[in-house]
Amino acid sequence: MSASTHTASHTSGEVNYINEFKGLKSWFTSLDHKRIGLLYMISVLFFFLVGGLFALLIRLELFKPGAQYLTPDQYNQVMTYHGAIMVFMVIVPGIPAILGNFFLPLQIGAKDVAFPRLNLTSWYVFMLGAIIAICTLFLGKIDTGWTFYTPYSIKTGTAATMMVVAAFVMGMSSILTGLNFIVTVHKLRAPGMTMFRIPLFIWAIYSTAVLQILATPVLGITLLLLAMERTFGVGIFDPNLGGDPVLFQHFFWFYSHPAVYIMILPAMGVVSELIAAFSRKTIFGYTAIAFSSIGIAAVSFFVWGHHMFVSGQSEVAGIVFSFLTMLVGVPTAIKMFNWLSTLYRGNISFESPMLFALGFLFLFAIGGVTGIMLATIATDVHFHDTYFVVAHFHYVMVGGTLMALMGGLYYWFPKMFGKMYNETLARLTFVLIFIGFNVTFFPQFILGAMGMPRRYFDYIPAYQSLNSISTIGSWLIGCGFLLSLYVIVTALRSGEKASDNPWGAKTLEWQTSSPPPHTNFHVEPVVTAGPYEYK
Amino acid sequence: MAANNHSEHQSAGHGHHIIPAEIYKKVALALFVLTLLTVGFHYLFHSVMHGSVLAAPVAFLIAAVKASLVLMFFMGLKYDSVDNRIIFALGFFFLFVLIFFSALDIWTRVAVTSTL
Ligand SMILES: [Cu+2]
Repeated sequence: MSASTHTASHTSGEVNYINEFKGLKSWFTSLDHKRIGLLYMISVLFFFLVGGLFALLIRLELFKPGAQYLTPDQYNQVMTYHGAIMVFMVIVPGIPAILGNFFLPLQIGAKDVAFPRLNLTSWYVFMLGAIIAICTLFLGKIDTGWTFYTPYSIKTGTAATMMVVAAFVMGMSSILTGLNFIVTVHKLRAPGMTMFRIPLFIWAIYSTAVLQILATPVLGITLLLLAMERTFGVGIFDPNLGGDPVLFQHFFWFYSHPAVYIMILPAMGVVSELIAAFSRKTIFGYTAIAFSSIGIAAVSFFVWGHHMFVSGQSEVAGIVFSFLTMLVGVPTAIKMFNWLSTLYRGNISFESPMLFALGFLFLFAIGGVTGIMLATIATDVHFHDTYFVVAHFHYVMVGGTLMALMGGLYYWFPKMFGKMYNETLARLTFVLIFIGFNVTFFPQFILGAMGMPRRYFDYIPAYQSLNSISTIGSWLIGCGFLLSLYVIVTALRSGEKASDNPWGAKTLEWQTSSPPPHTNFHVEPVVTAGPYEYK
Repeated sequence: MAANNHSEHQSAGHGHHIIPAEIYKKVALALFVLTLLTVGFHYLFHSVMHGSVLAAPVAFLIAAVKASLVLMFFMGLKYDSVDNRIIFALGFFFLFVLIFFSALDIWTRVAVTSTL
């Protein structure tokens, strides 16, 4: 709002989506996808803070063997809340609901998403689910782990039913968002914006939306069955009533493995944008990256049994799932090699978003390769339920998705708020998070290989030094995120005015003013070229 | 749970087929008759024959016919574009995947000789 000088590319007129309407009510009733994106941003970042505090508590307890600050029961609850909050309230909605909402219409040259009211509804549904989840904290608590495995989740006397209902409601929100995005991509592209001119972030969000629609209902039904079994004793999972506890794992992972891609595909989309923008080069293999997103989405439905190699699943099923899981490596590797080829001889600059993108490449590669080790039955039998698995999925979920979320937020921050942040401090956040992350989770690979079981409250003294190192790493990560909060808040309060296209990127969102007007573009854009036509 | 509060956001490429009320009534009647049929077969299999292997298949068959009627007429898929029908069928394909692989596990379990 300070009318300082800015680049003369646009007469932005200073009326934008932030200042056009005023008052809290205008935010809570807004149908503007950009404002809804910000509503998601504030809520998801808040939940991230809560989930992060639980994570720090876990690591604090595990600093030394023996009881430190928590009782074993409290530890189980803290671990459950960390997992459930981070999965259902942070990483699943994270990139699609924040960056997808904000930038999907902008990147395809639309005024809004296809169903703006439904979009606002999904935020309210999400918040309803989140509030139910938070309420369980005060009404009995839950200690099943985020996976709600039977038979324990049927027996435990805590607030499992309520938490399951919360996850069900949040799943509903996820479905509605996915539906909205698919229709938007099909129906609202600007003139000239063909399917093979949409940015790769859109391809990723689109594939994610397909997964959200196809997989999430199965989670919903499974959780309802669990709630019914708890409440009415319907015999789906309890062997005494003719059920099968392993069936729960089948149903649960039929959703939750694709959910892993609901979490990582949008991250891959962000990384494609960042790598193209900061290499100043046409992305290598656009079509291959686009189709590999669809490929990952399709393959993800055929691999869920790799979570169940030691669950009592049959050997035949185990072998089939092990083989099918290896297939995921193909489209994933296609993406990796295309990104590396884009970097090759590019005019690379190392601004903070790019640092996070490169961090993603490094960490996701480790997460992916250890994934192959876990997909192999012979090794998984030993690694299963050890810290090796914990390290693996944190490398994918945190090293992958969270890195991309941070990179994406820094990349698009100037567009979202029309302000620039302190670049030096932003780079420092990367250094802290990246180093802290590796210090926290690399030792967990070793601990897992040494046989330390996951989810336990206590451990034998032989595991102590690596656990202490891991805990110290968690403090570094904490500092990194606190610093990024500071960077963002100071930028919002007193950041310099951002130009319309500070990175010189080619996608459509950079052609409108920063921040964009309520209807996104001053003149409806007409697209005549692909998204990454750098010289 | 269809949220139909989008009014003028898109004009579909193909015209919206209007299904005559007469057809809706006939379909509703058919659904009602089929429901009675389900109850009738249940009575036959359980109370008269005291259990039969046909009980579940027949119930599923009738349910499938009812579901198809709803899809074709109430949801209008009979008059919809081929694309939309394929996309709809895709949902059933993934349902098949879910059941197929879960069944693959359950039918190939050999608990005694398993080394896992
Ligand atoms: Cu998986």
